[in-house]
Amino acid sequence: MLGNRAKWMLVLAAVLVLVVALAGCGGQEQKQGGEQPSGGQAEIAGNLTAVGSTAMQPLVEQAATQFMAKNPKAQIVVQGGGSGTGLTQVASGAADIGNSDIFAEEKSGIDASQLVDHKVCVVGMATVVNPGVTVDNLTKQQLVDIFTGKITNWKEVGGPDQKIVVIHRPKGSGTRATFKKFALGGVEDSAPGMEQDSSGTVRKMVAETPGAISYLALSYIDNSVKALKLDGVEPTVQNIANGKYPVWAYQHMYTKGEPTGLKKAFLDYMLSEEVQGQLVEKMGYIPITKMQVERDAQGNITKK
Amino acid sequence: MHEGFSPAPDLNNIYRTTDKRNIQGRKRCGELLGRSVAFLAAALVVVLTVSIIYFIGSKGLAIFTVHGVRFTEFLFSTHWWPDRPLEEGGPAVGSLTFILGSLLVSLLAVAVSAPLSVIVAVFMVEIAPVWGQRVLQPAIEILAGIPSVVYGYVGLSLLVPFIRNYLGGEGFSVLAGFIVLSIMILPTIISVSTDSLRALPPQWKEAALALGSTRWQTIRLVLVPAARSGLITAVVLGLARAFGEALAVQMVIGNTRTIPHSLLDPTITLTSAITMDMGYTIMGSLWNSALWSMGLILLLMSFLFIMVIRVVVRGGMVR
Repeated sequence: MLGNRAKWMLVLAAVLVLVVALAGCGGQEQKQGGEQPSGGQAEIAGNLTAVGSTAMQPLVEQAATQFMAKNPKAQIVVQGGGSGTGLTQVASGAADIGNSDIFAEEKSGIDASQLVDHKVCVVGMATVVNPGVTVDNLTKQQLVDIFTGKITNWKEVGGPDQKIVVIHRPKGSGTRATFKKFALGGVEDSAPGMEQDSSGTVRKMVAETPGAISYLALSYIDNSVKALKLDGVEPTVQNIANGKYPVWAYQHMYTKGEPTGLKKAFLDYMLSEEVQGQLVEKMGYIPITKMQVERDAQGNITKK
Repeated sequence: MHEGFSPAPDLNNIYRTTDKRNIQGRKRCGELLGRSVAFLAAALVVVLTVSIIYFIGSKGLAIFTVHGVRFTEFLFSTHWWPDRPLEEGGPAVGSLTFILGSLLVSLLAVAVSAPLSVIVAVFMVEIAPVWGQRVLQPAIEILAGIPSVVYGYVGLSLLVPFIRNYLGGEGFSVLAGFIVLSIMILPTIISVSTDSLRALPPQWKEAALALGSTRWQTIRLVLVPAARSGLITAVVLGLARAFGEALAVQMVIGNTRTIPHSLLDPTITLTSAITMDMGYTIMGSLWNSALWSMGLILLLMSFLFIMVIRVVVRGGMVR
């Protein structure tokens, strides 16, 4: 009887502790995540969440780890979920920073005027094919024909007599949107084909499926797949930076209103030499500082 | 002697009564506490279920009430283009392909898995109970414990290349999808079937054997028919599990938004369509609502499955 009661008390106590702890956590977050003094020399502390684009996630995570090592009182949580999620979460105030591969203006249903854009870096995207495909250059028109289903065999573009297997990213993926806009010139890529959600799986599928074609961010391309030239231009950092290779996207970090306190400190850190000069290039992205061209939300390109 | 001992029973009596009262009081208090805790827990479950149904229902119906999509178009059209610009005819959200894909893959999985599972269950209970307990039971428990992403990954790495090299097509196919699923739902069907076979009164088997039936006749004509409702429950639970599985199927089925014409063609299911798109859509948009409506279809299907089980079980375990 007593033993039982003691057990019950223990369970109750454990539940109580848990509840108090959870409530405490919540409270703390609210207190610290809110306003930070924006004065120059204020200590950097508090909580921050950055949500969104999976293409950016590895970079932001790595930067956050370095930032937290320098500022032990700051706590930065980085989550994926996709560009759409990043934009909605930051617009609704649920996240402090929204990561996105696309401009907020391009996403319908988002009030872009509330959001402040911080372009952190650029990621290039390339057409990739199975290494067994002997083609290594496609013109824009050939690419359009393949992705709209007009060309279905590699021999029509100078390759082996083999069926073309198109692998898409889901509609709404930032990579797909960028590829459609700048590689296909906005033509709907409606070729019947398989779809895979993650860049990692797409790479595996292309590497293993004979005749496969898809597109990947440069940060995902390795020796298991073959990156194609577009109109004779190779997808290299150099060609993207000087505007010769058109398929690339900014990696945006959006905040609601001008950033202050920890948000500002972290965004400044993302643009600092430490991240731009080393981390960004190491992870396969292109530093924003290297870009010689600029692009606006409508896709117009200007020389810097 | 008698007089000297007379007060003792009295005292005992007094002690006993106070003790009894005390215990009864404690018992009553404990019972009340236990009852209220149990009631609260049960009420919480009901509240959770009702609120989840309300949430998914309201979100899932928004596409018809807010966005004005026709019910028949959503269910019976295969045209899925949720981001089509207005000048080209506006968005289209026909989800027939997904519904058919889900139904096809899970029905095929059950068709493979159900007979296999029932045979295994009969083997475990009737033919080799000792071996079944020692070897098969743990093996099935391990099968049940493997996470679905691992099934998907094994399917992607072994099954898909195998199908591509030996059977043709791209490997990503209905075939790969339902094979992976049929392995995943084995443990569910086997364990429920074994339970229902074990629950049969031993006298039935004894009577059948006493009448001169062979073991095969006993199993086929007495035990399996007697456990029928339990076996159907097992199969329906397996079907529900197959219908709701997302990740493993998504990794091997190829996800093409077209209706397959052969087992080697890729297709897509409701669950994989939801998981692939949800990260990119904006709350409250037509596209997002369409995904919620697909979730509602999944919920309604699981209602249907549960109702089938209810009806079957009411049909009588013991007749």
